[in-house]
Amino acid sequence: MAEAVVRCLRDGRLEGEHAPALAVEGSLQCCPLAAGAMLHVAAALTSQAAAGKAQARGLVIVAFDRSPEVYLDFMRRRGLDANALGRCVRILDCYSDPLGWKQKIHNQMHQENSAKQLSTNKENITVFRNVKDVTKLLYSTTELGGGFEGEGKKYFCIAIDSISSMLRHASVSSISGLLSNLRSHEQVSSIFWLIRSDLHEPKVSRALECLSTMVASVEPALADPLCGESPGNMSFIEQNYSKAKFVVRLKRRNGRVKHLYEDLHLEGNDVQFVSAPSVGTEVNQSLVPKVQFNLELSEKERTDRANVVLPFEHQGKGEPIQIYDGRRSLPEAQRDPNLTASALVDEIKAPKSGTAKGEIHYIRDSDDEQPDSDEDPDDDLDI
Amino acid sequence: MEEYGGGDLLTEAMGSAARVVVIEDCVEAPGAFVLHLLLKRALAGGGEAAFLALAQPFSHYDRVLRKMGCNLSLHRRNGRLHFFDLQAFSGGARESPIADSFVQLYSEIQRAVEANKIGENEGQVTIVVDDISLLEVVAHGSVDDVLDFLHYCFTLTSEMDCSLVILIHEDIYAGEENMDLLLHLRYFADLVVKAAPLSTGLAADVHGQLSVVNKGTFHKQSAKSQKVWNFHFKVKENGADFFYPGSRQ
Repeated sequence: MAEAVVRCLRDGRLEGEHAPALAVEGSLQCCPLAAGAMLHVAAALTSQAAAGKAQARGLVIVAFDRSPEVYLDFMRRRGLDANALGRCVRILDCYSDPLGWKQKIHNQMHQENSAKQLSTNKENITVFRNVKDVTKLLYSTTELGGGFEGEGKKYFCIAIDSISSMLRHASVSSISGLLSNLRSHEQVSSIFWLIRSDLHEPKVSRALECLSTMVASVEPALADPLCGESPGNMSFIEQNYSKAKFVVRLKRRNGRVKHLYEDLHLEGNDVQFVSAPSVGTEVNQSLVPKVQFNLELSEKERTDRANVVLPFEHQGKGEPIQIYDGRRSLPEAQRDPNLTASALVDEIKAPKSGTAKGEIHYIRDSDDEQPDSDEDPDDDLDI
Repeated sequence: MEEYGGGDLLTEAMGSAARVVVIEDCVEAPGAFVLHLLLKRALAGGGEAAFLALAQPFSHYDRVLRKMGCNLSLHRRNGRLHFFDLQAFSGGARESPIADSFVQLYSEIQRAVEANKIGENEGQVTIVVDDISLLEVVAHGSVDDVLDFLHYCFTLTSEMDCSLVILIHEDIYAGEENMDLLLHLRYFADLVVKAAPLSTGLAADVHGQLSVVNKGTFHKQSAKSQKVWNFHFKVKENGADFFYPGSRQ
């Protein structure tokens, strides 16, 4: 339900409430897809903002993991023109020079002629050179957001890609502080971030989930039964790189949690969302433990099972009882007991009050298994 | 005889667009030969290479690559191979923090890359690290510093059109506790080449199996292509053979 998520972020905050927040979670098994989902949400939100349909005037992207160009390229492919990008997107570039090394090197090399500056700030990209300073990061982000054009109260959205990289440079508590400060900032319309859940202890992603109103986790389409490294499950990897499940947990204001579920495909350079069969089945599936067998019955199987008449049910009704006991000869067509297993099918037929009937099919496991004989099965016992 | 650089399975599996290649190996099946192949390929294509050698000295690589028909000494003299002998690299000598040594190292790499950009040399620069686990040792186990350094090398791939080849011993990180570096590397990587011993046991003429996982990233067009490859290899004096299981006469 990527649409529902984007709608939530688009509608933004209510007066007197914190801004809605979305946590996109991904793991190594489907990391290109989680990143793709993040790009998708960012692009969708920007186009809403550009069309004037959103509460926010624009989107501030705090980019750690990917070069700003990746975002701009993706948005261009999604049909946003240069004008819209210039108007509605600001990127705080924490990717190019997160620790200021490049500036340091530059300064060392050009000590003599200090006139030459390291020129990296483009029109909507601002390079941030000290990611360890979370307070400064907060100011820079809100400052960028304040720069959008427009009248009245200027709201903006924030995308952080990704929290995992921030956590390398700062503690969990300071990042949580940053996120809550941003959420309660009066101009922030909505905020979303990407977190790579397998890089952290579970409690870290839990802590950040608590701060969010929506959690979208990108899970592998096929659960790896061995979660292992053996080459046999290469096909799982192949599958999981092009397809994943997009599971969304929406937390309502009154505390109710709603589960939504969608399929996520990687097509060419783009990600696509395909709505899943139905929410009901997803809930059912999630209750059954994850195993590689199909434990669920289809609708037809369920009715068939309900219609089966158990052997004792029709006794005494005057109908012919025909149970294969291994001694009596089989019906004419199946005289030879050495026929294939499928030929040795015995049926119990018991029409019950004219309605649809069920049957029990018995298929012998293998030919090695002798039909019951007169032999005493215990005769080798020395009693 | 199969010629590297063209037509073999590894080349096919790796494609051409991968910026960050991570080679994972283990004690039973060392993956250094993939590194040698990639180094040779990087230099053969008219490109340059920056080699961060932590595991072996220059003379070792010189001998190995010479057998494979690639003269490292010559490339080094011509300025196409920037060899950083880091065996004596003291990340974090007492007076300066580890990070400073990494800044210094990075600045040298960046200078080499920039020099290549300015010159009329058209080829790409490939940064090769052998191996990253030792860089962690040098940094006194400070994974964050290594990752910072790697991040900066990584930025060179998008800004300066470099590529990055990193060798890591996977089995060192087999424990659940300190998987950090390995996991981060897997996130960084566009392409993971993993060398492992044969799952069916030892064999005389097959030395192990390689699996190549090519992650589709968003700036490439070839998303339809096969993402996972799995084949066997045999390491020879002058290179290596790659073949599908059972396809050998």
